[in-house]
Amino acid sequence: MSNHTKQSPAPAGPDRITALDTRLISTDKTLASVPKGRTGAARVLLGRDAIMIYALIVFVLYASIAIPRFATPVTVGFLLLDVIPVLLIAMPMTLVIITGEIDLSVASIAGLTSALMGVLWAAGLPIEVVLVVCVVAGVAAGAFNGFLIAVVGLPSLAVTIGTLALYRGLALVVIGDNAIANFPPELTAFFTSKLGGTGIPTMMIPVAVVALFFGVLLHLTPFGRGLYALGFSTEAATFVGIRVARAKFWLYVGTGTVSALAGIFWTLRYSSARSDNATGLELTVIAAVLLGGVSIFGGKGSIPGVIAGVLLIGTINFSLRLERISDVVLIIVTGTLLIASVVTPNVYAAIKAWRQSRRLHNTLPQVPASGATNATASGVPERK
Amino acid sequence: MEFIRNHGRKGIAARRLVSVAAVAATVALLATGCASGSSSTSTGTDGAAAGDLSITFIPKQLNNPYTDVVLGGGKKGATEAGFGATQVVGPLEASASSQVSFINAETQAGTKVIVIAANDPDAVGPALTEARAGGAKIVAFDSDTNPKYRDVFISQVVAKDVALIQTKLISDQIGGSGEIAILSATANATNQNGWIKFMEEELASNPAYKDIKLVAKVYGDDDDTKSFQEAQGLLQAHPNLKGIISPTTVGIAATARYLSTSEYKGKVALTGLGLPNEMRPFVKDGTVTAFALWDPAQLGYVAAFAGKALVDGTITGKEGDKFTAGALGEKTVGADGLVVVGPPTTFTKDNIDEYDF
Repeated sequence: MSNHTKQSPAPAGPDRITALDTRLISTDKTLASVPKGRTGAARVLLGRDAIMIYALIVFVLYASIAIPRFATPVTVGFLLLDVIPVLLIAMPMTLVIITGEIDLSVASIAGLTSALMGVLWAAGLPIEVVLVVCVVAGVAAGAFNGFLIAVVGLPSLAVTIGTLALYRGLALVVIGDNAIANFPPELTAFFTSKLGGTGIPTMMIPVAVVALFFGVLLHLTPFGRGLYALGFSTEAATFVGIRVARAKFWLYVGTGTVSALAGIFWTLRYSSARSDNATGLELTVIAAVLLGGVSIFGGKGSIPGVIAGVLLIGTINFSLRLERISDVVLIIVTGTLLIASVVTPNVYAAIKAWRQSRRLHNTLPQVPASGATNATASGVPERK
Repeated sequence: MEFIRNHGRKGIAARRLVSVAAVAATVALLATGCASGSSSTSTGTDGAAAGDLSITFIPKQLNNPYTDVVLGGGKKGATEAGFGATQVVGPLEASASSQVSFINAETQAGTKVIVIAANDPDAVGPALTEARAGGAKIVAFDSDTNPKYRDVFISQVVAKDVALIQTKLISDQIGGSGEIAILSATANATNQNGWIKFMEEELASNPAYKDIKLVAKVYGDDDDTKSFQEAQGLLQAHPNLKGIISPTTVGIAATARYLSTSEYKGKVALTGLGLPNEMRPFVKDGTVTAFALWDPAQLGYVAAFAGKALVDGTITGKEGDKFTAGALGEKTVGADGLVVVGPPTTFTKDNIDEYDF
């Protein structure tokens, strides 16, 4: 520094200052005119959803090559049957988490539905009536959550931790320690049936309908776009005319209803109605939703990303089981993936910020050095 | 200026691509790591399995000490019976539906014999049906499935034998007369109540036990502390008590711990169903002279041989079918495909060191 100061002769001072000034100004303009974020195709092809989908494709390709027996229609059938409950509940859960709320009671609603189904069927009601009552129970359970959260204004975490226990308790009251298994064989067979030779379960059709419904609702309707606003700031959302309480209420009705559908599916797929069905499913769902790129703080996420997240976790689970790797490894992998998916964007943002500041240095290689030089060069003589 | 600008945009896109690649690579690495981990543990058996006989055990849940002993016996039996590949897979939680995806994976792997301890008799049904359609033989052990979903069920013991050995042990220890009590698990435990009913009938009907009087039945809920307190209470409430039967491993261990530190040590007899590892100190210090339990390892052992016999066609699961279960000799298939392993083993200070479970 001091050497440099001595070497740079005073007469060069004024010249350099003017050159530097113009460069400073012009560079500032250039940096400002670089668009923030991506545009066009890059936005779609390099977004968070796309990354999840790439990860899924890469993993499926890898599994097909590396794991014997993976690349068969049988895999498709078993794998999808395994992920259907998670996939179903993840759809409304995505919307709930985007608004910055949470619903932990979904698995308990599924369990309660399962218990109800068993008891009503054992009591001799026709299966159509049983199914309708179960869906209505799911709607009611969701509406109760929604009422406490949206109308009374209690925090969703507290409310749904409460109903998590409450609904599971009700399931125990309804069916006790019993298990009811004598559902009509045609119905249980239908629930595990596949579409021709493709291996795709017939049940994927209603699941696709549910996914489409929530996808369209979130991405293509004013209601859905309002949810993002809600996730960023409830106050702002209220000011721009979003009916916050109503939106939240219906979202919880949505999770309740879909959880009931998942409970029905669970019961008929495993042909066993029990109070402990689907225990712990809420955490699997939330993990998949977060892995799918939804921010736990709300305001960010998409249905395609979540579908990719659910399928990625499902495929990894299935592959590990096919390789007969212990479930201990499985939960460690799932946990690591989740942490990685949450941490990576932060690390990426940090790297981006660091690069940004370095780019400033690079495009103006002399700025800090010459600036300092300049100061001393001009400042020191002045003092003298 | 234009140059800088373009450069900047390209740079961002390029960096994005790099990050995509990095994420993909991470996932791939993670997966490879897992896969290579597996191959190191199971290549040996997998390699031999090509076209060979394969057997897979699916316990109720992994990492359960009792299950580990059963599976130890199962692996030994599988090797002796001539299976080329033995696998153990299972869920971490013993929930009703958790075993299904493991059965599916085995179906896909073309496993010849699936040995399963069902968490729910029906939830595993559809998956097992599919496995059988794929040519697998199903052996249920420890906990039965609905009989229509399996070929045979290997049961540890006959409930009545369990009851009789305990009444005999207590009678021997108290000299055939005096007051006794029962310390059970929970008041509505099916297996416990079944045994207790047989004990009461035996005490009432067998003339050898006419001087033995059952004065109390208490429930320790299979909770160590509660069982300990119940044992304490029994001895205070019944000063003339000469013996306690505790047909539960938790109850007998807690009662033994109380007796060993009390004035009743060696004076009040204690027997029941216990785990040798837990009971060893009390047998050695004289608190307990003899207790009983089946050897869980035999369960897995017989299940492996039953699987082999099914594959060979020696048995089909019909009543009256016979097969040889290695060192345990000939076993007969009873009604509903039930195979009973054998009478419970009695443990005393002379033989307890031979068992490790």
